[in-house]
Amino acid sequence: MTAAHIPERARVRRRRAGRRATVPLTVVSALVATTALAGCGQQRDDDVYTVLNSSTDDSYHGWDAATLSRCSKRLGITIEQQSVPAAQVMTKSLRMASSKSLPDVIQFDASEMPTFADAGGLIDLRTLGLSTQDIPRGIVDFGSYKGTYYGAARTVNTLALFYNKDTLKKAGLEVPTTWDEMRQTAKKLTQGKQYGIALSAGGAEDGVFQFTPFMWSNGGDESHLASRQVAQALDYWKSLIKDGSLSKSTVNWTQADVNDQFMAGNAAMMINGPWQVETLNTKKNLDWGIARIPVPKAGGDSVGPLGGAVLTVPKTGDTAREKTAGKIIDCMAGEKEQISYARNSWMVPANEKAAAVWRKEVPELDALADQVATARSRTAKVGARWSSVSLALQSAFQSALTGQSSEAALQRAQQRATSGK
Amino acid sequence: MSTTTASATAPAADHPATTVKKPGPARARRRRRLSQWGFIAPAVIFMALFFGYPLVRNVLMSFQDYSPSTFFDGKAPFNGTDNWSKVFQDDLFGKALWHTVVFTIGSLIGQFGIGLALAVFFTKRFPLNGVLRSLILLPWLVPMVVSGIVWRRILDQDTGVLNSFLDTFGLGGATPWLTSPGMALFSVILVNIWIGIPFNMVILYGGLQEVPKELYEAASLDGASAWRTFRSITLPLLKPVITVVLVLGFMSTVKILDLILALTDGGPADSTQTLGTLTYQNSFVQLDFGAGAVVGNVLILISAVFAVFYLRANRSEGK
Repeated sequence: MTAAHIPERARVRRRRAGRRATVPLTVVSALVATTALAGCGQQRDDDVYTVLNSSTDDSYHGWDAATLSRCSKRLGITIEQQSVPAAQVMTKSLRMASSKSLPDVIQFDASEMPTFADAGGLIDLRTLGLSTQDIPRGIVDFGSYKGTYYGAARTVNTLALFYNKDTLKKAGLEVPTTWDEMRQTAKKLTQGKQYGIALSAGGAEDGVFQFTPFMWSNGGDESHLASRQVAQALDYWKSLIKDGSLSKSTVNWTQADVNDQFMAGNAAMMINGPWQVETLNTKKNLDWGIARIPVPKAGGDSVGPLGGAVLTVPKTGDTAREKTAGKIIDCMAGEKEQISYARNSWMVPANEKAAAVWRKEVPELDALADQVATARSRTAKVGARWSSVSLALQSAFQSALTGQSSEAALQRAQQRATSGK
Repeated sequence: MSTTTASATAPAADHPATTVKKPGPARARRRRRLSQWGFIAPAVIFMALFFGYPLVRNVLMSFQDYSPSTFFDGKAPFNGTDNWSKVFQDDLFGKALWHTVVFTIGSLIGQFGIGLALAVFFTKRFPLNGVLRSLILLPWLVPMVVSGIVWRRILDQDTGVLNSFLDTFGLGGATPWLTSPGMALFSVILVNIWIGIPFNMVILYGGLQEVPKELYEAASLDGASAWRTFRSITLPLLKPVITVVLVLGFMSTVKILDLILALTDGGPADSTQTLGTLTYQNSFVQLDFGAGAVVGNVLILISAVFAVFYLRANRSEGK
């Protein structure tokens, strides 16, 4: 039937239908708008508790799921995990804070926790009945901001020197313990396609994390970047590049890249952390050892950065739920769960007793446990200002490693770090 | 808001229409008006909500002290032009602006030049034309971050494929593609050109199909050279398409972020820092949302200027 043959009445109805369509259309758009807005504020379920973390990695997600199901059973509630990429935990939490839909527990990277605490978003865990007994002072500080204990760590990690046992044995070399020894050893191990050492000097937190043991063991300090001690540490990195025993690509490597280089046999030693062990062990014929990071002078303290995540309770205003959140953390960070998490992730349990058990289980990682004992938190001195300091420092060591003088680069970094606030 | 009145009065106006036999012409016109508004309403509401609101908020935010605590107490005191002067005084901003200019112009020239050459090449008939053309589309299908990660491996100074490839020809196998501050921006531009070629090629190829074949026949009868034909027939007739390609290319290039984050993270030594990465760093690493908004506004302003060019070009096409 063509349009010309439509009876008059039908045509009128059709025209009216067109007019009527305006109403539903406007209603639909209004509906879309309201649902879009409603999506911002989530409804809380009374029996379901949520933990926000960065365990997007398959194995980590699985381990956490197992922990949470054990704790759910023990506490008689349902705990769900919500995982977002590490870089988004902070921004996601802030967004959730403004829409009043915060989860019950947030797992922050320890370097980020002060920022959230500074904004007034966290609850003192001691008021929720969590004890800090059996936790070494350094690790309590690690989870504290301005003296208040906001974050409970399950495990902590730090950096260590990983080396290829076969390569060192073949060259008849000892594991280096001082800067000079490391420089000499790395030089001797640099042959053909193999560099003596690999580390990350990338333009992100990875690079800064790796620079801290060199800066701190030499007496340098993040609150005063333009010091002789920091410059010396940077010059030491430069000397490794100058010798050719550290690839120039180091400025473009993340810690995962460094691990790849080590596994591929492109580096005889590397600076890295225990979270790489799972991957390292997938290569069966690679016989690796671990040692403390070499120090400037024999007998000095090897001070590494304390890394890892802390469990926190954000202020939701619902005291009953906050109390339960405290219990969830108590369960997740309990001795048993610490050991099982440490066993999976190769990191060191935060609790002293748990750490002792763990040491017996994995004696090959002893060096790591030692390094943790003297390790330092990145935010202890500068607190919420860490991100500014970190950005300035990244830029500085990258400039220095690609040709500038260490002093000039650090001078500028110091200015940049302090002009921020 | 006019849209709500339209929806409220529409049903009321509808009712008498059934009883009154002959509606006056003025009333009919008004009714038509209303129904027109009804159809526009969804789009207007959508734009206002998802485009207008964020835009206005971003401008406001650049004049506010917007810190992490704002998310809790909602307090973001206005601080005049503090954010603006802070950003403009930071020498990183000048650097990033310069890098953005170089990156955008370099990428556009490369993408467009190679895209156009390929488009012209593929208008010729030869075996495997279709297969090759679709193969060249591949970079377009790969997500930006994936290309970034793959290219980072290819460009690695020591273990990268590109250097070992060049090495076999004795062509300086140790080029510091991404590790030298002087070279990194150039390498990032190269990768972006690689990514942008398919888009340019496809659109320009489409445009070339529209050019009447008779004109080329006439040109060849007149004895015009290939270059002359290209300059006097292809280019002028392709002009509207070229405008579209360049403006769209500009918009997507000037706000580049993901590719640079995946390739260099803005490094080494801030040598690949652009306005896009600076906004990201200010807002999401330093959590200084005010400063981030300032850089974001500068980007919007630059894009807006080019959007006007685009609209004007389109309007003159319509006439």
